[in-house]
Amino acid sequence: MVQLPDYAALGIPLILGATGLALLFVDMLGSRFGNRKQLLGVSGVGTLAAVAVGVWFLTSGVGDPDGKGVFRLLEDQLIVDQMSLFFGVLVASVTFLVLLASYDYLAGHNNQAEFYALVTLAATGMALMASANSLATVAVSLELASLPSYALVAFLKRNRGSVEAGLKYFLIGALSTAILIYGVSLVYAVTGSLMLSDVAAAIDGGVGDQVGLLGLGILMILGGFLYKTASVPFHFWAPEAYEGAPAPISAFISSASKAAGFALVIRVLTVAFPIETVVEPGLVDWVLAAQIVAVVTMTLGNFAAATQTKVKRMLAYSSIGHAGYVFIGIAALTAGGNNELLIGASLLHLFVYGFMNTGAFLFVSLTEYWDVGRTFEDFNGLASRAPVASVAMTVFLFSLAGLPVGGGFLTKYALFAGAVNAGFWWLAAVGAINSALSLFYYSRVVKAMWIEEAEDGFEIATQPVGIYAAIVVAAIATVALLPAFGVLSGIGFDAAAAVLP
Amino acid sequence: MIIETLLALTLIGSFVVFLAPDEYAGRLAFLASLVPLAGSGWMYSQFDGTGNALLGGSLAFEEEVAWAVLEPYSIHWHVGVDGISLPLVILTTVLTTVAIVSAWTPIDERQSQFYGLVLFMETALLGVFTALDFIVWFVFWEAVLVPMYFLIGVWGGPRRKYAAIKFFVYTNVASLVMFIGFVALVFGLGDAVTSFDLPAIAQALAVQDVEPDAYAGVVGPETLKLLAFVAMFAGFAVKVPAVPVHTWLPDAHVEAPTPASVLLAGVLLKMGTYALLRFNFTMLPDVAQDLAVPIAVVAVLSVLYGAVLALAQQDLKRIVAYSSISSMGYVILGLVAFTVYGMGGATFQMVSHGLISGLMFMVVGVIYNETHTRMVGDMSGVADRMPVTAGVFVAGAFGYMGLPLMSGFAAEFFVFVGSFGAAALPASKVFTAVAMFGIVVVAGYLLFAMQRTLFGPFELETDYEIGRAPMQDVLPLFALLALIVILGVAPEAFFGMIRDSVEPLFDTTALALGGGA
Repeated sequence: MVQLPDYAALGIPLILGATGLALLFVDMLGSRFGNRKQLLGVSGVGTLAAVAVGVWFLTSGVGDPDGKGVFRLLEDQLIVDQMSLFFGVLVASVTFLVLLASYDYLAGHNNQAEFYALVTLAATGMALMASANSLATVAVSLELASLPSYALVAFLKRNRGSVEAGLKYFLIGALSTAILIYGVSLVYAVTGSLMLSDVAAAIDGGVGDQVGLLGLGILMILGGFLYKTASVPFHFWAPEAYEGAPAPISAFISSASKAAGFALVIRVLTVAFPIETVVEPGLVDWVLAAQIVAVVTMTLGNFAAATQTKVKRMLAYSSIGHAGYVFIGIAALTAGGNNELLIGASLLHLFVYGFMNTGAFLFVSLTEYWDVGRTFEDFNGLASRAPVASVAMTVFLFSLAGLPVGGGFLTKYALFAGAVNAGFWWLAAVGAINSALSLFYYSRVVKAMWIEEAEDGFEIATQPVGIYAAIVVAAIATVALLPAFGVLSGIGFDAAAAVLP
Repeated sequence: MIIETLLALTLIGSFVVFLAPDEYAGRLAFLASLVPLAGSGWMYSQFDGTGNALLGGSLAFEEEVAWAVLEPYSIHWHVGVDGISLPLVILTTVLTTVAIVSAWTPIDERQSQFYGLVLFMETALLGVFTALDFIVWFVFWEAVLVPMYFLIGVWGGPRRKYAAIKFFVYTNVASLVMFIGFVALVFGLGDAVTSFDLPAIAQALAVQDVEPDAYAGVVGPETLKLLAFVAMFAGFAVKVPAVPVHTWLPDAHVEAPTPASVLLAGVLLKMGTYALLRFNFTMLPDVAQDLAVPIAVVAVLSVLYGAVLALAQQDLKRIVAYSSISSMGYVILGLVAFTVYGMGGATFQMVSHGLISGLMFMVVGVIYNETHTRMVGDMSGVADRMPVTAGVFVAGAFGYMGLPLMSGFAAEFFVFVGSFGAAALPASKVFTAVAMFGIVVVAGYLLFAMQRTLFGPFELETDYEIGRAPMQDVLPLFALLALIVILGVAPEAFFGMIRDSVEPLFDTTALALGGGA
């Protein structure tokens, strides 16, 4: 068997990046002929290949310390362990679903090749975020993921909402990137290194009277990540951006981009600023910061979602709320505690969330495609006209709410159980209150679709195959992740172990 | 493999029915429900379990396969039945089949979805009564909510949307409280358990105490057990429902279509008492005995408050709904008595009340199908036009009141025998006597309602002729009535295995007390 070179471990970002470039090439060849099918074909093959490679690596022991080992590339700037593969598979899967749905959604729009290319290039950045092993690659990969996203949010350039959302997203993004990089510079000033592990070693060696500087640096870095994960207090771009963006892009940003942001949060905090050397001796209590973020984010996200009148905006706030749930897994970390359960539960929740949230936003793209309308009332009686999609949407919503029709049930309860296990029962209690509230507003959509009668007799003219296929695949994945939790949980806890000492 | 097979076939049946055309859906669902019914009958005939499932008894039809991990805990697909769960499995399959038949007349739109959801719910209910791993059990426990939400919300009465969401959120909050309480208890055991296996957890709790340094000494072992007990009790009490967390039930019942009411009263409420027995009273018997008086107060309050409220209702369905709260109070009283007859009687009462309340809801439904009213004041002399249905109504009502040779008598007799002399319950005689007074109230409102609606000269303003109910409506009534009489004449059919499974509870109590001393 041929021995693959080491850099092949970066298969997922390499394939995604190559796909992005290939899409631009395809556009050059065939723009005159209206080559939507080629664009979908190339991007579909590329993203699926990335998923396949990721799954192959995971099953064949790449990144597994007991298997083929962890790969460190480019002088340790990038790392390929089970966690980066885990997020790589997630990002590539979401990208595939989003592009599949975009095929119909974009029908009749200009610049489609650019759209496909920007999505895949952003996905490349997200996959690299999961592999970033120094604060320099953290910043670069974050920007690689962000810049295409700004353009994508504003893609509907004749639509005021889309343009406004793009501008808002961009301005807040620029600000928070500046904060992040300033934080990186402060940490560099204190520790003299950008490598995550060297930062940790330098802090362990003592930081003297520069604790305040280090603390400010850590908090600013965390602030930059909070922007990417749409967590309070850097969340306020999210409802606008998710609502104004084309719905497939909302799905992409709220699922893949958020997951990649959490990959950074988890790796940077646990590797560069380990609890044992940073939090425990009382230098910088970022766990406390994470607790505040978790409680405020899930409460604000869920309460705001409960008061919305538009479905897409409700999903946007629910997406903020879910960032809060994931933060439970970081907020309950303790020195010597069962941190594998917590980080593992966070990863698993992000993975399932990737499918159920993407599916929910893709259902919204379907309604936008049909021009159904945006409010809850506009969804009335949809089940009788689009039963398959409505069943899928019901699965997504109930799984988001934490009912056992999909994998979201187990991962949310794993998070609560982890918090209780660590002694943070109050975090679990806050999560439980929010979870119960979320059932109320998610079921409003379900009620509209299944229980309310449609008011007018508008007919659904066309059945967009691409969006339907993407929704059905996402629904099957969401449901299958419940019985397949055994397989997933093994991978997730291995990935969590990769970043824990 | 029989349990997995039945679960899988029922689930497949629900999907097939869901996709079937509306015209055949009801018949198809009936056929599909015969599979688990026959299967549970076969399980009864082949039952060879002994002892209590959680306390080292030998389980029937047990299967255990590794499923998932939550570091460092493992989750297993673990199912099996003992003498407590098998009667409830049979109750579920019987009531689902009769509920499906009773739906043929009233459900006239979106039939395939209706029957598909009923079968889906049956799958989840069977899972609740057979699962022996906490996580697996909890999956089924929560899965029950989904079909019930739709059954009330889509096919319910005028205020169905409010009732559905109230049921949904109320019981979901309860589950969350219970979940946090239970996992806190499990984690408090430290290294003594490495899985969410219910028997392992129960046995670990029986022989050793919660680790004193769990939760960094902030919460002591006794406090932790107390808090866990209260959290679980609160969570399950909503499902039962016990006063004062019962308010979702009348709304849900009144708005739910009759077949859903049958399953709601007949089986869903038993999930709460079953869980109380399995979790609170089996795993934390010492805490249960410490809290015996407050629990008994809840039980007696439920008995009396439910009965008095039933007395004040005009809607026949509301009367039956409130009387369910009253009947479930007897179950809690039997459990807290902590005697073989008390606990066994409570379990028997679960089955008996499931059959009787199911019958009563169906009778009210049959009358409503013909008269389109359920208000006591609107009609009288219904027996004149619907003699057979009225006869079943009378029989069912007497079953409710505890007429000898019907299962209600046996159940209440066991409960009272168990609770009257209960050593674990202070002032047990007072509690029992007060609870027995509830029967008088039950007799009062049932006789009063029957006298006004069934008897006297026929009177009801309609623009059509009221005729007899069709055979398909009446036959399931007789099927249930027959079972009620059989269980009343020969309670040993179930009580034997129930007693066998309840008895080990008292051995471990002695063990735990002796071991702790």
